[in-house]
Amino acid sequence: MIAGSQGFAGYLRRDLLLAYRRRGEVASPLIFFVLVSTLIPLGISPDSARLAELAPGIIWVMALLATLLSTETLFASDYQDGSLEQLLISPQLLALSVLGKIVAHWLVTGLPLTMVSPLIGVMLSLPAEGLLPLMASLALGTACLSLIGAVGAALTVSLRKGGLLLSVLVIPLYMPVIIFGSAAVQAAVDGLNWLGPLAVLGAMLSAAVALCPLAIAGALRLVSNN
Amino acid sequence: MASGRNWNWFHRMGSPRWFYETTGRWLPWLWVLTLGLMLTGLVWGLAFAPQDAKQGNSFRIIYLHVPASFLALAGYYLMAIAGAIGLIWKMKLSYMVMKSAAPIGAALTFIALFTGAVWGKPTWGTYWVWDARITSMLILLFLYLGVLALQYAFHSQETGNKASAILALVGTVNIPIIYKSVDWWYTLHQPATIKFTSAPSMHPDMFQPLLVMIVAMYSFYALALILHTRVEILRRERKASWVRELALQAEPGGVAQ
Amino acid sequence: MSTPPLITVEQLAFERDDCNVFKPASFNVEAGDIVQLEGANGAGKTTLMRLMTSALQPTSGALLYKGRPINDCRYEYLDSILYIGHQSGVKMTLSAEENLRWMSPASVSSAEITQALDAVGLRGFADMPCYSLSAGQHRRVALARLHTSKAAVWYLDEPFTSIDKQGALALQQQLEIHVQQGGAVVLTTHQNLPLDGLRKYIVESHTDLGVQP
Repeated sequence: MIAGSQGFAGYLRRDLLLAYRRRGEVASPLIFFVLVSTLIPLGISPDSARLAELAPGIIWVMALLATLLSTETLFASDYQDGSLEQLLISPQLLALSVLGKIVAHWLVTGLPLTMVSPLIGVMLSLPAEGLLPLMASLALGTACLSLIGAVGAALTVSLRKGGLLLSVLVIPLYMPVIIFGSAAVQAAVDGLNWLGPLAVLGAMLSAAVALCPLAIAGALRLVSNN
Repeated sequence: MASGRNWNWFHRMGSPRWFYETTGRWLPWLWVLTLGLMLTGLVWGLAFAPQDAKQGNSFRIIYLHVPASFLALAGYYLMAIAGAIGLIWKMKLSYMVMKSAAPIGAALTFIALFTGAVWGKPTWGTYWVWDARITSMLILLFLYLGVLALQYAFHSQETGNKASAILALVGTVNIPIIYKSVDWWYTLHQPATIKFTSAPSMHPDMFQPLLVMIVAMYSFYALALILHTRVEILRRERKASWVRELALQAEPGGVAQ
Repeated sequence: MSTPPLITVEQLAFERDDCNVFKPASFNVEAGDIVQLEGANGAGKTTLMRLMTSALQPTSGALLYKGRPINDCRYEYLDSILYIGHQSGVKMTLSAEENLRWMSPASVSSAEITQALDAVGLRGFADMPCYSLSAGQHRRVALARLHTSKAAVWYLDEPFTSIDKQGALALQQQLEIHVQQGGAVVLTTHQNLPLDGLRKYIVESHTDLGVQP
């Protein structure tokens, strides 16, 4: 049941309900993540030593692509059916409502990816000590990816073929996240302290939470001009 | 109003016509300056500077590589600042500068990458290494391409301007983070085979021409940006009467519409 | 000194790529008014309406609410308006009831939601997902907001599209009741409405103002 009060909590609940109604569609990034993971051993080698070496980076790259895949739709249906216009003139703080949508997006993409990542880790022979850091880094990192990706999604929402453009805009901005995300896992596997890179991811997330909604609000206002 | 008077210069500067006419007066001097500096720097650096003890003559590509890298990064900030001014003060001229800065910056970034690769072959034995600076340059090129692509993706000029200004600003916040992360990433993975010592003490005979080339590149950048912006002004203001008059003067046979 | 009008439109203009979309508009909307924006296709009726809802920022001119510039009382203003555009904002995967609940103020009770859906002729369709409803029924879901809303000013962009005759009559009655109770309506339509207190504002297209030096 959705309450009429909009704003952060309202949009969070509504988008979760909408995601629940089209769960098949929402699950596709997750399925993509799992399916592509099975291609890796086929493409490289079944040798567990080699896989273990590549696993942190590969899992992170795939999680990034899976998130990117789902980001495109973040504002698309709202733009098409006129909800976005209603959002722009709702008497709530636009940035907060947008943040509600992004949190919902993370809950249905980033969080499931985080939850299945140990499975993929085991399949790719990631050593056991890397599994917890993998989950922790993915939890923080995918939240960053959702926020950054939403900026790109907002800028391209009015374009018919925004998908490719979105990746051009967003992938360069993703790079710090993947560097520190995979480094945390690698550090844990090498027996080093992995909390350092994780703390950096946390710092990035805080900055993204503070700044991205503002950029998104600005972007949504301007693309709705046409 | 007193405060209004203080801002007059600012608003006058925002007028495309003012920009066009003023830069028109500067252009000949800028041409002379740019060509003079370039010629001096290149002849000095390529013909008279001493050979490098280890790299021989191949190091001379530094006279193009380093200035281009400098301007590639500075150009991004200039573009983002122009975009911010456009967003905040709704100044059309500022967007025109931003739009003109993007392809120039992208081209300089490409030149920096290309000369780096050409330089890398004799020095490291390979065209491409995932060195921190090269990787950062590559990401910078992607950032430029994003701004360019977004600029032209919209039917409306105005939306394209504003959207790419927002993207440029987001990129500006990210560039230091990207550079720091890539630096950190590189120290983590630094391959033992390539020791990249960044010439801590360059011989003055080599350094002085480099300095001239850096100044020359700044001057060239200013020239290219002004020329590009002037074309953009004419294109966008083609309906304004002063542009029509200008076109008629340039073409005596032209017929007024 | 008389009280300022509910909404004042002062030389409101909007440029798209250096061209004004319509001739700068000036008029007032008082409580009890029904203002019909009229003009040819593409004259800029929707743009003017979106400027009035403050979804768009005008290039020049001003929008006043009770005599105050809109930027000084933005949230108060947004609280007192309701806008139904071409795209009605109805979510296909939600039911009619869920859609209306989402678009209504939080204080509206379930009974009022049901009543509103009955009033627009959607009795028995409340629990059906909207993708199984027709275009006219989607429009009715959106128009049900008029029953639950507390907004004083209604902005309706082509509200009669895909509505049948009965629905159109009911809507006209509702508009009259709303303005009798002190509300105001701004709408676009190509129909001639037999309504008391209806005023027309002609939106004149202004395709090429160009840039003057």
